[in-house]
Amino acid sequence: MDALPVTDVSYFPGCSLATTAKENNQSLIECCQKMGIRMIELPDWNCCGSSSAHSINHQIAFDLACRNLSLAPPDRPLVTACPSCTLRLKHAQHRLKNDPAARERYSQMWGRSFDPDLRVRHFFGLLEEVDLERLLAVNGHVRIDMSFAPYYGCMLNRPFALRSGSNYYGIMEKTLAKLGLRALNWGHASQCCGTFLTVARPDIVTPKVNMIMQGAAESGADCIVTACAMCHMNLEVRCTLKNPVPIFHFSEILSLAFGATRHKDWFSRHLIDPRPLLKSKGLTA
Amino acid sequence: MTIEGGPTIRLNDLDLKFSREVKRLSATDFYTCLQCRSCSGGCPFSEYMDYMPNGVMRLVQLGLKNEALTCNTIWICVGCHTCSIQCPMAIDIAAVMDALREKALAEQVDILEPDILNFHREVLNSIERYGRTHKIEIMMRYKLKTRDLISDWAVGMKMLAKRKLDLTPSRVERIGDVKKIFQK
Repeated sequence: MDALPVTDVSYFPGCSLATTAKENNQSLIECCQKMGIRMIELPDWNCCGSSSAHSINHQIAFDLACRNLSLAPPDRPLVTACPSCTLRLKHAQHRLKNDPAARERYSQMWGRSFDPDLRVRHFFGLLEEVDLERLLAVNGHVRIDMSFAPYYGCMLNRPFALRSGSNYYGIMEKTLAKLGLRALNWGHASQCCGTFLTVARPDIVTPKVNMIMQGAAESGADCIVTACAMCHMNLEVRCTLKNPVPIFHFSEILSLAFGATRHKDWFSRHLIDPRPLLKSKGLTA
Repeated sequence: MTIEGGPTIRLNDLDLKFSREVKRLSATDFYTCLQCRSCSGGCPFSEYMDYMPNGVMRLVQLGLKNEALTCNTIWICVGCHTCSIQCPMAIDIAAVMDALREKALAEQVDILEPDILNFHREVLNSIERYGRTHKIEIMMRYKLKTRDLISDWAVGMKMLAKRKLDLTPSRVERIGDVKKIFQK
């Protein structure tokens, strides 16, 4: 079969993937490579304006998102991996499309006019369009015999203004099923992880996280697979249960199935060590 | 409307100007709220709030400014949008919470969750300095500000050991752009 064509996209990693979740970043870039997607990092990107900025100052949050939009080359989509970043960038875009005063501010601050045709896309949107069967046939893949609890966090919820289009519900289950994994039904797939409350109110977040982690253990899952780097961190940092279920970034599992070899550095960064599980499943040496 | 053990609310000081202002700021019509409580049933953190989300909708409908701006609900809300998903009247409840938070800061009322606000401020300071968030510095400054250096020490050490925290910040090169945002 022919090799896959390569598509260039602009890539917005965001603060979490650039720092605390480097393993998410590296595995995402690697699995995109296998899928024929070249992730070209958005030059000089800044914080998307999520959580804290938009919690206390919507104007700063909007301007931060706008600067990122203004840096994106027009000829390719701007791809995100973090659900929060996606929401902030799309929200700014929505406001720019609907508010002439916002467009005026944008042009004044960034010295160019707003490009209404720029597509901001979550990685899941790209994945939806990939012919996975063909890809697996061309590249071959490692079969992963594991059960998992899919965890989307609040990614599936969006404010009304942004509710058109897919929220990608079920995409992790559908994709990973083709790679041999079994998705389990459980009650916490879309429960909020507590996000920033983890710092100031761990007394609130710890019981929530433990409930989620306990739910995954009771479902019998070998592991949790997360769609969001922030959720991943909160679950790992705040869980106080004994023998917690390992948690993977979705991109790690996908890369592993695609035959990633550079994963040594990913799994050693997890607070809940997934390496014994991977070893027991014959996935790593 | 009372909270168990809480103060009685008297409907004799209704500020409808405030009500309209919140509607404008949030671009959300909360007057359609019919008090079905779906939002509060779904909210993952309602048990920690003094007013449930539906209660806050009632406060803003009635223009009970002081109650709306000084409740802890607006700070506990993380904007996960679980409430809006469940609202049969399509009210963007998280947007109302955003508007109330900004209003509370502008009006300089007492903030019931100063630690949460301190954290947000440290994040914004970090963005102003580097254009991106520098987590270890945010945590250190937050801990100094709240005079609590003990809790989470073990967690921080574990994160460092696992290389989850970078010692040097990831920075925006053209930081002038970012400064401009904060000066506007």
